[in-house]
This record gives sequence, C-alpha cells and structure tokens, in this order.
Amino acid sequence: MKYIDEYRDSSLVKPLVEKLKKSVTKPVRLMEVCGTHTMAIFRNGIRSILPAGMEIVSGPGCPVCVTSASHMDAFIAMAEIPGVRVAIFGDLFRVPGSHGSLANATARGALVEVVYSPMDALELARNNPEDTVVFLGVGFETTTPGIAATILAAYHEDIDNFCVFSTQKVIPGPLEALMQDPQLNINGLLCPGHVSAIIGAGAYQPFVDQGLACVVAGFEPADLVNGLILLAKQVGTNTPQVENIYPRVVSWDGNRRALAMVDQIFEPIDMEWRGLGVIENSGLAIREKYQKFDAQKRFDIELVPTEEPKGCLCGEILKGQTVPPQCPLFGSRCTPSTPVGPCMVSSEGTCAAYYKYGRDS
Amino acid sequence: MSDDTILLDHGSGGLASQELISGLFLKYLDSPVLKGLEDSAVIDNQPGKLVFTTDSYVVDPLFFPGGDIGKLAVHGTINDLAMRGGRPLCLSLALILEEGMPLKDLERIIISVAQAAKESGVPIVTGDTKVVPRGKADKVFINTSGIGVVDASLSLSSQNGTPGDAIILSGTMGDHGITIMTRRAGIALEGDLRSDTMPLHRLVDTILDRYPDSVRTFRDPTRGGVATTLNEIAAASSLTIVLQEEALPIRAEVRAACEILGLEPLYLANEGKCLAVVNGADADNILELMKQQDEGKDAVIIGRLEKGKAGRVLINTPIGGSRVITPLHGEPLPRIC
Repeated sequence: MKYIDEYRDSSLVKPLVEKLKKSVTKPVRLMEVCGTHTMAIFRNGIRSILPAGMEIVSGPGCPVCVTSASHMDAFIAMAEIPGVRVAIFGDLFRVPGSHGSLANATARGALVEVVYSPMDALELARNNPEDTVVFLGVGFETTTPGIAATILAAYHEDIDNFCVFSTQKVIPGPLEALMQDPQLNINGLLCPGHVSAIIGAGAYQPFVDQGLACVVAGFEPADLVNGLILLAKQVGTNTPQVENIYPRVVSWDGNRRALAMVDQIFEPIDMEWRGLGVIENSGLAIREKYQKFDAQKRFDIELVPTEEPKGCLCGEILKGQTVPPQCPLFGSRCTPSTPVGPCMVSSEGTCAAYYKYGRDS
Repeated sequence: MSDDTILLDHGSGGLASQELISGLFLKYLDSPVLKGLEDSAVIDNQPGKLVFTTDSYVVDPLFFPGGDIGKLAVHGTINDLAMRGGRPLCLSLALILEEGMPLKDLERIIISVAQAAKESGVPIVTGDTKVVPRGKADKVFINTSGIGVVDASLSLSSQNGTPGDAIILSGTMGDHGITIMTRRAGIALEGDLRSDTMPLHRLVDTILDRYPDSVRTFRDPTRGGVATTLNEIAAASSLTIVLQEEALPIRAEVRAACEILGLEPLYLANEGKCLAVVNGADADNILELMKQQDEGKDAVIIGRLEKGKAGRVLINTPIGGSRVITPLHGEPLPRIC
C-alpha cells in the first residue's frame, strides 16, 4: 500500500529507533494530542522502546472520550423518540451516558445505524422517508467538513427528514487552555495528523510562542519515531518551532475549501467537554440559515447536567494528569466490554489503548 | 402473498411442508438416509470415539463473495469436528425461515448446502424446518449439528500446549470478517475481498495421518479472530504466546480495507483457517506438509508458546517493540477518524 508500506519498512525504522535512543539530552515530556496517535504508538510497541528521560502523555484528542455524559443522555433520549432513526459512527455505540448506552437503547427498540460517512446517513433519510434520520455529530475538524457538506447537500435537495445533532469540537483553543495548566508541565506536542490536514500546520504557531516544541506527524512507525526524535531535539536545543513531517497529507495553511464550507454551515459555540468542563467557543453549532437541520432545535432537546461516574478518572486522564492504571476502576469494573468512562470505549481512548496493548507490559 | 415466497403453511407440517421437503430439499439433498424421511437418522457403529458439535448461523447478508449462509453452515460445523481431530460422518440441517422469504433465495441456499456437503463428502442425514411470522426472524437462520469419529488414541486439546511449541496459521487472516463487514455496511472497496469459507477436515486428516503425536491441538479462529483464539490457547495451556507481527499473513486487500475502517485483522473472523499448535521440533515439516495442501498453501509459523505469565499473548512489532494482544471485547466497531 502506497504511503503506508514505505513508512513501516523495518529497515528504515530500525535505524530511526537507534537514533531515538540517543536523542534525549534533556527530560522530554510530550503530549500526543490525537487518539489515533495514542493507538498507533501502542500498536507499534513504541512505548516499549522509549529512551530514558522521555515521557509521553495522552491528550484530549479522542472525540468520543470528550463527549459529555449529558450529551450522551441527550443522544439516547433522541434515539428513543418514536419515528427517529439515529445514525452514528461506530465508536459511539457503547459509550455510557448516565443510564446506559445507545446499545442498551437498541435493545429496547431504538433504531441506531452505524454509518461510515454522514452522506450515508443522508442516504438513510432518502431510503426511509417515514423516519427522521438524526446524525449524531461527534468529532473534530477531521469530520466536520464532511458533515457540513452533507447538510449542504440536504439543503440543496430540500430533504426534510434529515438533521444533525452537532457536538462537533475544535482542537487548538481547548488545547491552548489545557496548556495553561501548570500541573501538566509539557514541553512538546506531537500534533495531530488528520486534524492538521484541515486546519494546517500553521495552527500550532501559538504553542511555539508559548515555548512548546511542535511536530505534526503521521501515524506510521517511521512518522512516529521521527516525530519523537525531532521533538527531543527541539526540546534539547531549546529551539521550539512547528515542524511538519507529514507533508504528504498536511500543508501549512490546511484545506481552505473545507474550512470555508465549515464556516458557511457552523458557528462557534461554548461546548462542554467531558473531564474538561465548558470551554468557550470550543464547539460548533449549525447556523440559523440551516437550522431546519439542527436536531436540537427540531426536537427541542435540553441538556441535563450529569455527574461523572464515581471513581472514574477520565477527566484527569484526558488532561494528561494521570495514567489509566492509576484509576481504581481500570481493568476491574471498567473494561472495554463494561466501560464506565468514555476513555475505555473508543478504540482510540487512552484507557482502551492501555487495556488493549499496554496492560502488564 | 404469491407462491414464490415462504408461507406460514410451509412450516405447518401439512401438505405445504411436504411439498417443500420433496420439491426442494430432497431435490438437492440426496443422502439415502435423509430420503427415508424417518424421525431420526441411524448411523452405523464406528470404531473410535465420537465427536459431536452444533452451531447456528445467522449471517447477514445471506449471500456474499466467496460463499453464503448455506456453505458456511456446512463448513463451520465440519471444521468444529475437525479441530478435535474428528473425521466428520454426517450433519443435521435445521432451518428457521421467516414468512415472506423468497423461495428462490431458499433454493439457492439449499443448492449451496448440497454442493458443500457433496464436496466435503459429509452428507446431511436429518433435518427440520420451521416458519415464523414475518419480522420474528431475519429471512433464514440455520443450525447444523455434526457427528464425527476420532481415533481412540488421539486427544487434541488447547490444554496440551508445551513451551517451545510452534503455532502455525493455515493461511491469510481476516478475509471472511472484512468481507461481511464491508458488505453489511454497503461499502464498495476496490479489490477482491472474499470470504475464505472452506472445509478443513482433509487438511487436518493429512497432518494427523503423518504427525499424530506432534499436534497438540487445532483451533479455528472464527468470531473473535486469531487474537481471541490465541488468548484461549495461552490460558488453557497456562503459557505465554509470542507472535511475530511481520509473519502474520494478511492479503493486501484485507489490510487496505482494515486501514480504511480502523479494524485489526487479528480480530476478524475466519471461516476456512486453522491454528495448529505443534511440537516445535516437527514444526517445519508440518508447515511444509500443510503448504502442499490447497487449504494450507499460505500457511505460516506465526509464533511460539513460551514459559511466562499464563494466558498472555505478546506480539513483537517490526520496529523492535512489543505489545500485548487481548481477546476481542464486543463486536469490532469502525472508528470515527
């Protein structure tokens, strides 16, 4: 597979691993922001080859994990309205709200369909005119343009039985807020690959201005190991800058066309993040012109405040303040089959990654 | 309702049932034992120990590249018998049909069952049909049970694993699982994704014939995939399994589809593959023998059993790292981004 095999080639990666081992001259504490990076780091066994003095903590970049319990409750309530057919990305199916998950709602008769693209949800609406299809928008900049394009298509086709419940979120602002936390003590960011394809590598310049090393990297072993080497070098030489080593996908300015479409459909809104609370302008709501596609307005859904499950440390984990094995529920009450917190549900959640790949290794 | 769909009458036991049996089932399923239409099949006394298994098939879609629910129902049960070293003797076939199911679909499935049974040399000797009202089942559910015989001296079990044993996978992994998942989701991907459904009893027989004392167990990594089955073997034998990621046989099309959907081939179902745990000293010879058979032409040694924490499966990654492989939790779900 082009763009994959060459970055997995062990004859290329093994020398990089040797280089990584010698790269640390000062203590390096990095955050990988994106859930796909979390998973790729585990999957390739990179944690098992980290040099002394280098530490990686996971950030808030798993969209399912930062979806608040009150949003999950609203999703489940939505799915249980007669005549509603809910369309979701697969990860959301088992995420617990305060009383069960969409999987439990399905068992009670709710119609929940897993789709691979929001356009598939629109197709569901076309094929099921008697139902209202509600797409549950959970994601970052990576998925927002696709949802915007789908709403635009529904608008032009004048499709009445389709709408979107948007909990779409943006990455840079909340990440900046998180970096203000003195407890974190991060000196470098492994910046997301796919989010950056949309927003561009230039979006991380403000972090450099705060003194953070930044490398935008892809997801293959060569990308990851090289990214860690460059971050160690930036930290070691105190030369923070944005380095983009994923130019096969990411440009400095990002995808302007996608961003324009997002801006056409969505406007910034204050949004609740699980574990992080409400962050100003960190979410995206559907603009008034397209409000007939706004599920929250159409069904008048109210968000009811909820409490985090007792003992669950997802909040601290999402902030990089602790690691899953420190959570009293991890691996006992909270497993991928019986998740208590959202970080255990998504395949990209930090707890799921630790459970799946990192447990007792 | 027209004549070309299944009616509740077809399961009534009356005339319509008789017509379905003689006009469709017996037209294609030609075992003399079945044709007697007795209440049960009488099987001649066999030397050795009996092996007995049952499995139900509810796959959606009914027809998919490389197979269909009928073929799966025959191969799946034959393979369950074979994994314990059993030579399959005969199968039962029980159908639960949904009212309104197109008769032509049922005919296509029965033709496929008949063909799979014939090619495998394992006859369907008894059967049953029920029809439930529309909406109470999903088109057709099939149960097959199978009886086989195993040599009295043979005792294959996952508990037999010993440090130093090799683990051979008989071919590429994930083909069936990814084919069904992409079909179910209506995702059209380029490339030839096909289910690997096939019977493995001849492959097993060939190996056991030559190396009866070297095989600890066979397991077929169906739902839950290779990862889950290996966890079961590691737990049953109270040992650690160490895999080499670079050795894992995965077709390029399967790998590409998994990359797109965020799935791991290790967790996808296989319907025509087995894992053989064999004495390390004979592993290369057994591998060669396996590769000479059609069913095992892509076989590879993927790892070894070692002393270590009981029930743990580790994989060495191509870059020199390692990670733990856990069993599957829940259905594999595609990720967001």
